[in-house]
Amino acid sequence: MSALAALILRDIKIALRVGGGALIGVLFFLTVTVLMPFAIGPDLALLTRLGPAILWLGALLASLLTLDRLFTADHEDGSLDLIVMGRAPLELACAAKALAHWLAAGVPLIVATPALGLLLNLDATATAAVALTLLVGTPALTFTGMIGAALAVTLHRGGLLLAVLVLPLSIPVLIFGVAASQAAITGPLSFGTPFSILCALSLVSLVVGPFAAAASLRHGLD
Amino acid sequence: MTLIDLANPTKFLSLTARVLPWLAGAAAILLLIGFYQAATAPDDYQQGATVKIMFIHVPNAWLSMFVWGVMSVAALGTLVWRHPLADVAAKAAAPIGAAFTFLALVTGSLWGRPMWGTYWEWDARLTSVLILFLMYLGLMALWRAVDDPSRAARAAAVLTLVGALNLPIIKFSVDWWNTLHQPASVMRIGGSSLDRAFLIPLLVMAIGFTLLFVTLHLAAMRNEILRRRVRSLQMMQASQQAA
Repeated sequence: MSALAALILRDIKIALRVGGGALIGVLFFLTVTVLMPFAIGPDLALLTRLGPAILWLGALLASLLTLDRLFTADHEDGSLDLIVMGRAPLELACAAKALAHWLAAGVPLIVATPALGLLLNLDATATAAVALTLLVGTPALTFTGMIGAALAVTLHRGGLLLAVLVLPLSIPVLIFGVAASQAAITGPLSFGTPFSILCALSLVSLVVGPFAAAASLRHGLD
Repeated sequence: MTLIDLANPTKFLSLTARVLPWLAGAAAILLLIGFYQAATAPDDYQQGATVKIMFIHVPNAWLSMFVWGVMSVAALGTLVWRHPLADVAAKAAAPIGAAFTFLALVTGSLWGRPMWGTYWEWDARLTSVLILFLMYLGLMALWRAVDDPSRAARAAAVLTLVGALNLPIIKFSVDWWNTLHQPASVMRIGGSSLDRAFLIPLLVMAIGFTLLFVTLHLAAMRNEILRRRVRSLQMMQASQQAA
């Protein structure tokens, strides 16, 4: 267990220090959100209506882009081979790496959400709803995206291929994340139903993601 | 003759060479009967002659999901049983499945034009088939991105199985999303509410199209095996010349 804790600490440190890409994700999130008014016009009422969707799309793309490096950096310096050969089960090691990635790259996105909500003219309830759904939904994005990251490292390909493979898998999370936020703002449905399903999706990906990523690493690395 | 006997590509080639003409013939006969029955089937009292699109649309839609199932079994064959032909089967099935899915989308869209007044409607079924099509294309991109076939096979197998787990979830979420955004659509074809005049040609067409898939799939597997042999012969020749 201490090996896994050490792995989590190490990954967070690497991500936050010079050369790590965690905070670039927040910058990307900010840039995408700032670009939106230029595309759809500075109409505040329209931005309020589209706000949750814009924030969810931005967070989805930001978490996808940072995932590219989840295994690649470790593969380049050889530490991934040590993790694969280590005594801790590879599934748990993958889960630990994803957790560290979510703490370093996912949580800052959620922290940045209130500031970005201000730019999109969202009121306090709406911002809180989006932040809460992101808090519950981004683990699902990280853990399903991890499968794509594991495939990318075994194939020595990343970038666009990873995006094409992972984005269709994240459609359910997007649907229920935006639906729960909209339900909290305008209705007509209750907030609880889509929010519970979003929690369920996160829990499922917490189970499936590490197994699929570990299988892909085991069969793919040589 | 068990599945493991087919692990020898030469045995597989000789067996399929004997089976393929019969399969192709059966598919052709069934499709001819199906097309004839579909052409002579009565018009629907509401949809008129456009109901005949159904006889092509429904088998394609059925195959679009069936082929993913075949690929999932092949993926298990690659990862669990290490069957040598499993990755050939998975690779050969992907473009065929994508083609059937594309045909289901196109015929659905052509059917939608007279029925709904638009080529594209963000209807739950159309949307989930579109996502399925995207996943087929992603899988084909994965096969093409890597030059080492066995490495690509294992990656594609993981992705196929994850997709098979995810497809029902996607289907459910799209249904949910759809009921949230728009009222129930015009289209309503339940298997039991279908008249016998439509049901029998539809079944004949479904079996015919499935046999067509099996024929195309076996032929594509043969091509893939031969392509790999040509490739290894070329590599051997190149290394001999270099030596």
